[in-house]
Amino acid sequence: MTDAPAVRTTCPYCGVGCGVLARPTGPEFAEIAGDPVHPANFGRLCVKGTALGETLSLQNRLLYPEIAGARASWDDALGLVAAKFRDTIAEHGPDSVALYVSGQLLTEDYYAANKLAKGFLGTANIDSNSRLCMSSAVAGHRRAFGEDIVPTVYEDLELADLLVLVGSNTAWCHPVLFQRIAAARATRPTMRVVVIDPRRTATCEGADMHLAIAPGTDVALFAGLLRYLHRSGRADRTYAAHLEDVDDALAAGRTVADVAAICGLRQSEITKFYELFASTAKTVTMFSQGVNQSSAGVDKVNAIINVHLLTGRIGKPGAGPFSITGQPNAMGGREVGALSNLLAAHLEFGRASDLALLRDFWSAPNLATNPGLKAVSLFEAVAAGKVRALWVIGTNPAVSLPNGDMARAALAKAEFLAISDCANTDSGMSAHVRLPAQAWGEKDGTVTNSERVISRQRSFLSPPGEARPDWWIIAQVAARLGHGAAFAWRNAAEIFREHATLSGTQNDGSRLFDISALARLNDAEYEAMKPARWPRPAKSIALSRLFGRGGFPTPSGRARMVPTPYRAPANPVSVEWPLVLITGRLRDQWHTMTRTGKTARLFRHIPEPVLAIHPDDMPAMEDGDLAVVESPWGSGTLRVRHDRGLRRGTVFAPMHWTAEFCAGGRVNSAVNPAVDPLSGQPEFKHTPVQVRPAAMDWHGFALTRRLLGSKAAEWCAVIPLEGQVWRHELAGHGDAADAHAATVASLGGPDGWMSLRDPAAGIFRAAQVQDGRLAACVFTGRNHLLPARDWLMELFAHESIEIADRRALLAGRRADGAAPEPSICVCMGVGAGAIRAAIAAGCDSVAAVGKATTAGTNCGSCRPEIGAILTEMRVKEPA
Amino acid sequence: MGSEIYQVVVIGAGPAGARCAERLANGGAAVTLVGGEAAHPYNRVALSQYLAGDLDAHALITHHPHALDEHQIAWRPGTIVTALDRHAKRVMLGSGEFIPYDRLVLATGAQPVRLPFPGADRPSVLMYRTLEDVDQMIAHAAIGGDAVVIGGGLLGLEAAAGLAKRGMRVTVLHAVGRLMERQLDDGAAALLQRRLAGQGIATITNAKTVAIEEDAVLLADGTRVPARIVVMAVGIRPHTELARSAGLPVNRGILVDDAMRTDDPSIWAIGECAEHAGQCVGLVAPSFAQAEVAAAAILGRDARYVPVSADATALKVAGAGVWSAGEIEGGDPIVLDDAEAGQYRRLLMRDDRLVGAVLYGETGDAPWYLAIIKDGRPIGAARSTLPFGPAFQPAEWAA
Repeated sequence: MTDAPAVRTTCPYCGVGCGVLARPTGPEFAEIAGDPVHPANFGRLCVKGTALGETLSLQNRLLYPEIAGARASWDDALGLVAAKFRDTIAEHGPDSVALYVSGQLLTEDYYAANKLAKGFLGTANIDSNSRLCMSSAVAGHRRAFGEDIVPTVYEDLELADLLVLVGSNTAWCHPVLFQRIAAARATRPTMRVVVIDPRRTATCEGADMHLAIAPGTDVALFAGLLRYLHRSGRADRTYAAHLEDVDDALAAGRTVADVAAICGLRQSEITKFYELFASTAKTVTMFSQGVNQSSAGVDKVNAIINVHLLTGRIGKPGAGPFSITGQPNAMGGREVGALSNLLAAHLEFGRASDLALLRDFWSAPNLATNPGLKAVSLFEAVAAGKVRALWVIGTNPAVSLPNGDMARAALAKAEFLAISDCANTDSGMSAHVRLPAQAWGEKDGTVTNSERVISRQRSFLSPPGEARPDWWIIAQVAARLGHGAAFAWRNAAEIFREHATLSGTQNDGSRLFDISALARLNDAEYEAMKPARWPRPAKSIALSRLFGRGGFPTPSGRARMVPTPYRAPANPVSVEWPLVLITGRLRDQWHTMTRTGKTARLFRHIPEPVLAIHPDDMPAMEDGDLAVVESPWGSGTLRVRHDRGLRRGTVFAPMHWTAEFCAGGRVNSAVNPAVDPLSGQPEFKHTPVQVRPAAMDWHGFALTRRLLGSKAAEWCAVIPLEGQVWRHELAGHGDAADAHAATVASLGGPDGWMSLRDPAAGIFRAAQVQDGRLAACVFTGRNHLLPARDWLMELFAHESIEIADRRALLAGRRADGAAPEPSICVCMGVGAGAIRAAIAAGCDSVAAVGKATTAGTNCGSCRPEIGAILTEMRVKEPA
Repeated sequence: MGSEIYQVVVIGAGPAGARCAERLANGGAAVTLVGGEAAHPYNRVALSQYLAGDLDAHALITHHPHALDEHQIAWRPGTIVTALDRHAKRVMLGSGEFIPYDRLVLATGAQPVRLPFPGADRPSVLMYRTLEDVDQMIAHAAIGGDAVVIGGGLLGLEAAAGLAKRGMRVTVLHAVGRLMERQLDDGAAALLQRRLAGQGIATITNAKTVAIEEDAVLLADGTRVPARIVVMAVGIRPHTELARSAGLPVNRGILVDDAMRTDDPSIWAIGECAEHAGQCVGLVAPSFAQAEVAAAAILGRDARYVPVSADATALKVAGAGVWSAGEIEGGDPIVLDDAEAGQYRRLLMRDDRLVGAVLYGETGDAPWYLAIIKDGRPIGAARSTLPFGPAFQPAEWAA
């Protein structure tokens, strides 16, 4: 086992799609390294990717089919799903059923799901969590280019002279791209970086400019830029031949004064940015969720594309608009058309010939002919009883959808709910049938990353229990519905070939998505397939970059410049709801934590669901206290973290926490259900909210060798630690002594306890030492100002507790214990104190700090934060 | 006071008397020190160590005759004073002699209480007060057998521990519900009782003694606790007979003002026999303080005795430190309890001040707590770290 060769596969996290070498070293562990020859990362990995080997445990895995919570046979479970879908369609028509799928699916799984829904169930009610992530980019691309095409490649980020990052915390969310950019800047210091974001994120460290734009106003900024470029004579006269509707777009341009008023920026900084953009030919504008997750998301995308089209800065080395996706296979999902308004292989509902082609190719007379419901509407339809049978595959809408309480209510209300997943999730709690899917490392297929590179995800672990590939599960249900012949694949390669063949069918170049060259791969070649960028037409050679010389897949062959009049976010702030909530991602967590939640290492950076607020917005709200963030749609209870890098009037919360880790932390409950009218993508980046102290009667924490679970208190955040130790952050109303006693009692065993009791001050602490080892600590107090947990957590690793430590246990620190500090470099385990000490001792660069402390020398994800500390300490130094 | 040399007589050569005599002599007075015991002035506090065999008798002596000579103190050991003649300013001795004085210091101390049970006057019933008492206990312990100590206070437990260490089977009879009830709370008392049991010392609380028999102590519930010897350690009573018969105002102790002077401007009283502001002291530290004040006053300096707000009690029983200071009841307790490791602390808080402390186990932080009780500083944010001692406080606190 230990000498098993490393398997080349692809990381299951973000849309960068890094190559990974995985060498299994045990049933639930593998050595992980970056693949040095993969074109996305050339050997680099971020902290999440580096920790992949620690996320393979079977803890919380769904291993067997279940009906009504009881283990069932595959045959019974599949039969029930098929029967419910058949009966529901028979009684209420095809649009009374729906599939809700995931950007985590492999392309082959995605293809199978889409084929089943649109081709054979006869409904386009199949949508993906990619709707929440990049559907505005899809719609923007289709409006401008006629097809969902990302024209740019990663190398352009390195070749650009100006890189504009819009609504993208690249340093945290796409760390390997950020590392590539940083490396390029190190060799070419003239390269400029501008960050446009309401938050001063880690991505801003080292940037030449940060425009702290008001949330949701990017359209105005880029419409203003379009006008500025036009007026300053920067339009590319040659490229104009490839464009149409230029004047319409220019008519929606904005003056700098307008832009300043709308975006909340100074005219001088706007002009400075515009001039920099105007004067730099090799410019890439990279955008992500901050652009897409908006009620004007599609217009934002088009406003960005417009400035590139006008200046002809597209499809050329170092130039282009660049949508970076959040998920590992959002792009694959787009290619197979597994969104409710798309057809397979970039075919269009709006073209009768496309429908005919697909009906014929699939032999699917029942093919859906109209777009289906998009994610938010889909769940509203479930709640309204219009969609009666729902099959959720590989995603956790109970946590990830906006207006989350409504989403959970809808799931609970569905007449029939089936879940395919590798894990137990919040969404699966109310499922009638649960189907165990294979997880990363077990399943086998392909994914496409943000630069159109198709890579293989390969199996290197035996699937546990009765877990099966998603495509197999779908095909089995299809067979039980009588469609066995259309789903008779023996392996993923067969599905891939069908998908590739479809892309080339009746395609004379009218559809750029053409990978028909790959349809010829036999099973062995598919197994050995190297990363391949599409287009890969069988009949011609395609360029890496697209549209450099026009060639748009529109009827006219020209790109459309879409006018983008500014619209304010759907729900404005008010006296009652005065702050803007932005939700987003953290560096070390992924989606709803089903994988990252398995490794303690990834909880070190930010262990609890936090609400970042500017301290001047709410002076009374102390750092570390609990706050309720509430909107008209719902609320969450989160740990306050002061952040002077936020634009005043905005608050930020991560979206990762689930009921398993912290029910109160599910902040999407508060997010408004407003969506973009074209893309249906929710406005996660602008919800009017109020924030107030949670006013708990007591706060506490419990460190234990047994998981108490997130219901251990009215508010509880569960944090896994190394060595099967659990940290629980607790708070609640009522009597602190009673709550403390209840927690202690729940741990059982009267022996070995020591206690500190100060009833008048509401301080109750207890620790249990058994067989010389620390078994539990329960600390309770009236407010959040409890002793730091770090030293106590460390003691759990000790085989015996020394006498001096025992006497200090309930103090929570050694007598000489320095104030514990946050961990910055998670890979190497370096805290802020060590980094500050190194800087104080003369290290004047991130590299020097790395040399002195090893911080930032592995995955590099923390280097922006080290940079921020450097900047902060430089500022403090007297001139 | 000019150049006049006073004749000062100090009655009582316990720690307070000896200290006062020494100070007066150093200040130029002609001092006569009269001791009731035959022994030279010795450290009464260290008697427990002598009983436990940790010190020999010689090491207890604080003022050897040659040292008294050096101070030019006239030393009269084993001398009983029978009366004071305040009119003639002289002290009458049992021998018929008298010693004249210009100034007189009464440091007559206290005597142990002998409860009037039937049999309390048996020769097997010992007190625990003087070097001679301890010598008797040591002699009995050499024979071995059962001993009962009546009184589970500081002195009784010291006696019990010493006897147990010398090989006797010891039972402590305590009339109330917990040991050292004036210094310890229930938690510490329970730990102490457990600890004593581990050393072979049995404890019976709420024990009502009704009689002392030949070889046992009879309790109200009929229990007979075997006892070849009985040590009675149920408290002390200020020794005030001389003062009372001389007509000086006496309450529980001899009444004195802030300069430790009695109603008679030529007579001072210090130590356990004195009563200042309604309080009689029972510990050596305030007795010394009173001795200093009286000596200074007699030497013509301005001196006032200010009682310290908290007195501390420290005891070491079979390795377990027990210490308490200040109040025991009537505040908000903070309890740090690690019974399994034999560690216990209970701090009593009122109005953000520390007003009392009980330490069991490690007592090294005791002086720090005493200082905090005495200076009455507001505790504030240090409250949560207070039970862990000075090492856990911020720098400005540890100072």
